[in-house]
Amino acid sequence: MAECHPVGFQWVMEAKRLGATLIHVDPRFTRTSAVADIHVPIRPGSDIAFLGAIVNYIIQNDRWFKEYVVNYTNASAIISDDFQDTEDLDGLFSGWDAEKGEYDPKSWQYKGVEVSPAAGHREMFSGEPRAERGAIISAEEHDPSLKDPRCVFQIVKRHYSRYTPEVVQQLCGISPELFEKVARALCDNSGRERTSAFCYAVGWTQHSVGVQYIRTASIIQMLLGNIGRPGGGIMALRGHASIQGSTDIPTLYNMLPGYLPMPKATYDTDLEKYIEYNESATGWWSEFRKYTVSLLKAWYGAAATEENQWCYDYLPHITGDHSHFVTTAAMADGMVKGFFVMGENPVVGSMNGALQRKALRQLDWLVVSDFAPTETAEFWRSAPEIASGEIDSADISTEVFFLPCAAHSEKDGSFTNTQRLLQWHHKAIDPPGDCRSDLHIVYHLGKRLKELYGSSGDSKDLPIQNLTWEYGPTGDKEEPDAETVLPEINGHSLPERSLLSGYKELKADGSTACGCWIYSGCYKDGINQPARRKPGQEQNWVAPEWGWSWPDNRRLLYNRASADPEGKPWSERKRYVWWDEQEKKWTGLDKPDFILDRPPGYRPPKDAKGIDTLSGIDPFIMQAEGKAWLYDPSGLLDGPLPTHYEPQESVLKNVLYGQQCNPARMEWYRRDNPYHKAYADERYPFVATTYRLTEHHTAGGMSRWLPWLCELQPEMFVEVSPELAALRGLSNGGWATISTMRGEIEARVLVTERLQPLFIQGREVHTVGLPYHWSWLGRSTGDAANDLTAFIADPNVSIEESKAFSVQIVAGRRSEGKKAAVTGPLAKPDEEGPPRDLPAVSHKPVGRHGLRAGKKELTEES
Amino acid sequence: MTSDATGFFTDTSVCIGCKACEVACKQWNQLPADGDFLSGRSYDNTIHLEATTWRHVAFVERPVPLSGRTMARPFSWLLMSDVCKHCSRAGCLEACPTGALVRTEFDSVYVQPDICNGCGYCVVCCPFGVINRRQDDGRVWKCTLCYDRQKDGMEPACAKTCPTDSIQFGKLDEMKEIAVKRLETLHRQGVKEAYLYGMSDEDQPGTEGLHAFFLLLDRPEVYNLPPDPSVPTKGVWKSWAAMALAIAGMTAAAAAAVKHGAKQ
Repeated sequence: MAECHPVGFQWVMEAKRLGATLIHVDPRFTRTSAVADIHVPIRPGSDIAFLGAIVNYIIQNDRWFKEYVVNYTNASAIISDDFQDTEDLDGLFSGWDAEKGEYDPKSWQYKGVEVSPAAGHREMFSGEPRAERGAIISAEEHDPSLKDPRCVFQIVKRHYSRYTPEVVQQLCGISPELFEKVARALCDNSGRERTSAFCYAVGWTQHSVGVQYIRTASIIQMLLGNIGRPGGGIMALRGHASIQGSTDIPTLYNMLPGYLPMPKATYDTDLEKYIEYNESATGWWSEFRKYTVSLLKAWYGAAATEENQWCYDYLPHITGDHSHFVTTAAMADGMVKGFFVMGENPVVGSMNGALQRKALRQLDWLVVSDFAPTETAEFWRSAPEIASGEIDSADISTEVFFLPCAAHSEKDGSFTNTQRLLQWHHKAIDPPGDCRSDLHIVYHLGKRLKELYGSSGDSKDLPIQNLTWEYGPTGDKEEPDAETVLPEINGHSLPERSLLSGYKELKADGSTACGCWIYSGCYKDGINQPARRKPGQEQNWVAPEWGWSWPDNRRLLYNRASADPEGKPWSERKRYVWWDEQEKKWTGLDKPDFILDRPPGYRPPKDAKGIDTLSGIDPFIMQAEGKAWLYDPSGLLDGPLPTHYEPQESVLKNVLYGQQCNPARMEWYRRDNPYHKAYADERYPFVATTYRLTEHHTAGGMSRWLPWLCELQPEMFVEVSPELAALRGLSNGGWATISTMRGEIEARVLVTERLQPLFIQGREVHTVGLPYHWSWLGRSTGDAANDLTAFIADPNVSIEESKAFSVQIVAGRRSEGKKAAVTGPLAKPDEEGPPRDLPAVSHKPVGRHGLRAGKKELTEES
Repeated sequence: MTSDATGFFTDTSVCIGCKACEVACKQWNQLPADGDFLSGRSYDNTIHLEATTWRHVAFVERPVPLSGRTMARPFSWLLMSDVCKHCSRAGCLEACPTGALVRTEFDSVYVQPDICNGCGYCVVCCPFGVINRRQDDGRVWKCTLCYDRQKDGMEPACAKTCPTDSIQFGKLDEMKEIAVKRLETLHRQGVKEAYLYGMSDEDQPGTEGLHAFFLLLDRPEVYNLPPDPSVPTKGVWKSWAAMALAIAGMTAAAAAAVKHGAKQ
């Protein structure tokens, strides 16, 4: 965190000053480790084993927070009799379909009732009508004693019973003493009086089981009662400023603003179906119609009427998986005509850089908007395969447009950071020359499209013609006003256009418009709420008047859990939100995240509907039944409980199960994306992990052109331990060549004790550390680490696995820098290696563009 | 030292080595990058303070654990942001023949670039090797303690940007109080190796105390700091005394010789 988020890390140091214990789990010793109380070096790709063992420790040593777990989680829920655990099926859950390569999650459900998740794959059950629609979730079976062998608590206990300190040693390379020290510190610092927080970044997410890494931490936090309470929680440290914002108001293909799913062409055929399949019978998602209609009113204005289903048909409907790798693979096969890249440098920052460049070569046109012409903009002119003469620029017909853009200090706008806090930034200076803000570029593009299609009589052009697009451009540069966008996001009533004060005012009858329901209230009373900067000393420590956080300026989600079932704070020290018996309402230091007048003793009647189904002890109001999910009955594609699987390319066999890898992972079987053996591939005997350094920013677009940053980390290097250096004859400051079957790169060697070999299963496991900032352009250059990585992804969110893969490293400079995407695999792809799957997935179909997963690719038919 | 004296207290125990101070300093003072050179010395690629690098972060990897820390193997990474010390008794200032180096109203040591003639006498008189000449213009340059910012009531750029408050800036008296308290806290927490470097005349008679002093976790040499720095003129009194003694002795000897000769 100190390495990649030094500004946010100031608060960790502040906590440390106040006596907090800082534990850092990381394969390398970083700037965070330098100030941590405990540093735990871990084998990349083994965190679920480590975290699962903490779950086991908590349960075996009876350290869980009983009142919290029994009342606020689904620990007592009884699971379907058909459910079988990985313990029963050697690493698979019930419902695995080897033919299709996907799970049928039916058997994971609660006994006798079907719930849809608050987030994740809400559509999992929407393909067919649900017999139980409208059922009251609280009617499900429970065992508050947590003794029933089919209850969640017992299932979790059994699932993790083999995750022992010995297994941690065998899989992670962490000694039982060190493991015990961490587990004890965490438990000692949790309970009524104390809370612990987890912070993570892409070291956890970029794995073929990435989502489940985070889930494991959630289970720990639920068992210890660390969610919804001050000082607790799990912080996702995002990769750049406002990545949280681009998830809330998404740049994701499968989401609309406020986590409304993008309609699916196959079954969301009209508004009623879309709502039926996505609204929940209970909890806040039961108001789904209000959010959807208000969004359509914001986008299509007067054109959106009840008769035309509020222009629902205008929305794009997706036909399958259109995530980055799926799209890029199809692009490499000539399936995609044009591509917009704004503030991103996929040729350097994304997996298998040479394949990314191959894909760009097949485009008709490419638009890149960045500070400087990045490698993505210049792929056709000076890429390694062009410099080497393997590809001739003259053969590339892609037309490339470069739009220089403004920096954050050169434009107004908001950032949403990890804790959902919106903060406004004001323009300090005008952007130089032709540089324009993103808002300007998108606005004027839209304006020109409207001009182009304005007189068309074709009904397919109606979505462009009727799009509301009034953002008051001013000045000689016709810069749109960012403060006209914020009120649209906030929402207003119709027809009087008075600003809403929050999402509870939204209506489903077309009398409100709102660009993003969770952000409603951010322009309450005509005040730019994110621009508020009242100093912390002038308000309570929660600081509700600094910026604005969604939803409803609530700083801590699910904060009803900060009080006990009777509504009293768990302890004086940790008081946050509580029930005021005199006033008969919830009150506290923050806005209560609960139905304000719902007393702790309320229990829903059998015929309750919607939010009335939430009892007085249901703090997790976005969940259908108001409880936190220790066990996940729906929403995930790869199992209800996190399970240790090895990375696609490992150096070790999975010692816990016969199933080596995440069975539901997304793989791309292509000649330009070859994989090593599942494990023990003697050609690639070392673990590699990629990462960032403080001095540079991601793929370098913001840093490699800046002299003051370049001099601090002037070129690509590879970090190795003294032991690995001795083993491979590497010398500090000398050269090394690192290779995978996808490509080979060279880098200067930094020999450091900050990396260390781990002793696992009777052998030394070495880690090769690769910063991924560099490529061939800019002031500071070097080979790109991502020319080594492969397309391989987690099934839930299609995130890549770049944090654990296998490599070879030898002393000396590379020869020609071969790339699989140019000349074919660098070694013979070994299909005969040890199996990754159990049973074998020989019947699992491989798609036209190489994708082998239970997902649809982008194809011509679709 | 006047009561208006300001200075830095750099607490290396909370430094995270982000180098934001180096960049903020270069940006505010518009100093050029020195060149792109991968040193192979941990994450330190600017190596030392220079005429164009007025803040420098040292990265010391050592096979010794810090007290109270649990590491998988004995190791620690010491991080420390170095800067001109603005000595109470400044060698550079005393050596300057042109009056380019002055002591400001903030009690800091400042080079007036319009007066400096580049003679370089100050360079050899700095016991820390801080001040140096720029090859491109011949004059000497070093940290100004952001004299221009202080004039406008702002703290120096490095302290402003430091995310963890490793670099603290303020009235020197207050800095000393904060430092002493911090040291007590660390000692109480068992970080027995922590100590203050150069805070006062007693700590460092050779400089009579620094206006930019440090909390360190290992011997000064580990951070590339001199263990017992002394400005050259510190020895002047002794030199004069010795010379006076020698003169007296020689005079006496000569007188005695003359007397002895006269007797003969």
